[in-house]
Amino acid sequence: MPIEKNRIALLAALLAFCGTAVAAEEHGAGVIQPARNDITNIASLQRGARNFVNYCSGCHSARYVRYSRLAQDLGLSEQQVIDNLMFTGERIHDTMKISMRPEDATRWFGTTPPDLSLIARSRGTDYIYSFLKSFYVDPSRPTGVNNRVMPQTAMPDVVWELQGVQEAVYDGESDAEHNVVHKRFKEFRVARPGTQTPEEFDQFVRDTVNFLDYIGEPMQLERRSIGFRVLAFLLVFFLFAYFLKKEYWKDVK
Amino acid sequence: MSATLPTSPQPGERTRLGALADWIDARFPMTRLWKEHASEYYAPKNFNFWYYFGVIASVVLVLQIVTGIFLTMNYKPSATDAFASVEYIMRDVPWGWLIRYMHSTGASAFFIVIYLHMFRGLMYGSFKNPRELVWIFGMLIYLCLMAEAFFGYLLPWGNMSYWGAQVIVSLFGAIPGIGESLVEWIRGDYYISDITLNRFFALHVVALPIALIFLVIAHILALHEVGSNNPDGVEIKKVKGPDGHPVDGIPFHPYYTVHDTVAVVVFFAIFAAVMFFAPTMGGYFLEHANFEPADPLRTPEEIAPVWYFTPFYAILRAVPNKLLGVVLMGIAVLAFFFVPWLDRSRVKSIRYRGWLYRGFLIAFAISFVALGYLGLHKATPAYTNAARVFAVVYFAFFVLMPWYTKADQTKPVPERVTYHAH
Repeated sequence: MPIEKNRIALLAALLAFCGTAVAAEEHGAGVIQPARNDITNIASLQRGARNFVNYCSGCHSARYVRYSRLAQDLGLSEQQVIDNLMFTGERIHDTMKISMRPEDATRWFGTTPPDLSLIARSRGTDYIYSFLKSFYVDPSRPTGVNNRVMPQTAMPDVVWELQGVQEAVYDGESDAEHNVVHKRFKEFRVARPGTQTPEEFDQFVRDTVNFLDYIGEPMQLERRSIGFRVLAFLLVFFLFAYFLKKEYWKDVK
Repeated sequence: MSATLPTSPQPGERTRLGALADWIDARFPMTRLWKEHASEYYAPKNFNFWYYFGVIASVVLVLQIVTGIFLTMNYKPSATDAFASVEYIMRDVPWGWLIRYMHSTGASAFFIVIYLHMFRGLMYGSFKNPRELVWIFGMLIYLCLMAEAFFGYLLPWGNMSYWGAQVIVSLFGAIPGIGESLVEWIRGDYYISDITLNRFFALHVVALPIALIFLVIAHILALHEVGSNNPDGVEIKKVKGPDGHPVDGIPFHPYYTVHDTVAVVVFFAIFAAVMFFAPTMGGYFLEHANFEPADPLRTPEEIAPVWYFTPFYAILRAVPNKLLGVVLMGIAVLAFFFVPWLDRSRVKSIRYRGWLYRGFLIAFAISFVALGYLGLHKATPAYTNAARVFAVVYFAFFVLMPWYTKADQTKPVPERVTYHAH
């Protein structure tokens, strides 16, 4: 087994070496849309937190995120967090873990759903936004759906009730046997409308992505404002340093 | 008889503080060291922009050591805990995120500053007689810094940490005969594991910082022995005033301490702008794939080293044969050591050299940056060919140096430095 891993490493090195590694970004080419989420919008973050605990956290943990931190950052009282965001008897200082065991997950989905604490930092918000909007009916998949952004994903379409059922429409020519050749994705068509309008669903996804963006780096809410103060201090310091230098260097002829 | 009241010291009378200084000086060369290296170290008065980076590099070294100490207080060097402990620092440790971003931004800043510092040396001939050892110590610092950065990059135990280390360590496997066992010896295991993480941690926080500090001291001692070079490449010690000090020299303290403080503040402002507003620098300072924990069974889409190694990585990739690639990559780094003896020009500074050296230096700088860019991206056939061209230029700078520096049309060097009072 160790030797096998060693081989994998060498293979990876060689792939990088020859530059033949086909990046998965090709799958996503042209289907990634900008998320346009606003991390400073606290209401959006609150809605995103609600969406997360209702639609994601059944399978996905956010094991580095503490409930108490959510209360602090999202302008909620601890009681509000306990009442609205915590369903399974956790305590306020716990992190957002899940009770699904990895073995069970592997049996049910063929893989373990990834922890989402850092998903916005590793994949980017645009990616998640587009991913959540790109499920479509595909009877060949065990979950009945496929995804344009991450083809063959093991994840079921958990938001279909809201968005409705999407079908992928393709451009292409048919050959003599009426098989479509040169299939090229054209657009999604709503086969069955959901409970939300497209605009509402857009906002739903954007709020969720916004929340994921926030939990990826909770301190980003304050980081920038501290940055401005540090730069202001350095500007003042610069003036003092500059005139001190000028004063001393008067002697240098 | 009235009681004696404390009064201000009379001329010639020693203050308590002065008495303490005397007491120490009788036992330790405190005042002598201060004079030799600061208040009576005469530096040329014509330093320009390029002479800031030595001081800034030492500031960054201190920053890395101090932030490193604080990170070590919460980091856990174990394959099961490392990734989580970094997130713990980022989320739960008060100001942990700031310390961590300072350290990660500091790593990249260190290389930017060092590359500019080295380029300064090449521009003004700071490696030439009598400063060969200053240059050699500097190059040793650079080697240590690369090792330090490489070992440190594994510690967050992200997936890019893991696979980056895997790829770089496996390069040693290209050495015929002993390669495979050497790789095993470095890792301490059959693959990058907890054992590897532990030894890299030891090297990163103990061995290499000690080596770096000693080398930096040696670098500065050697410099202060021979005196600083300057943009004119004139030896200021040749023209001394009646007081025995160089006419074109000024005491490092206070003149250059106040002068460099301004530069350090500007540097801090740029540093803070990155740290507070773009800590990942769009994935260049902290890579996206490194926000996923190490997974020995899943390679990142593309394994690329951090930007400061990519010029050498591009050279490695440009060579079709792995062993030859590794050898050329090694030579690309080590070639700098020989520059003091490859350069046969009588003139130090680019100001008085001819267009041959200037041309080669500019071509070299462009190649270095271009290779760095190419190394960051996927090696398409076009990119590989471009990397080959730039690699040839890169090596030509060193290999042809004895000839073009000799043939160069130099200008006469003045007796004194050029300086206009500001």
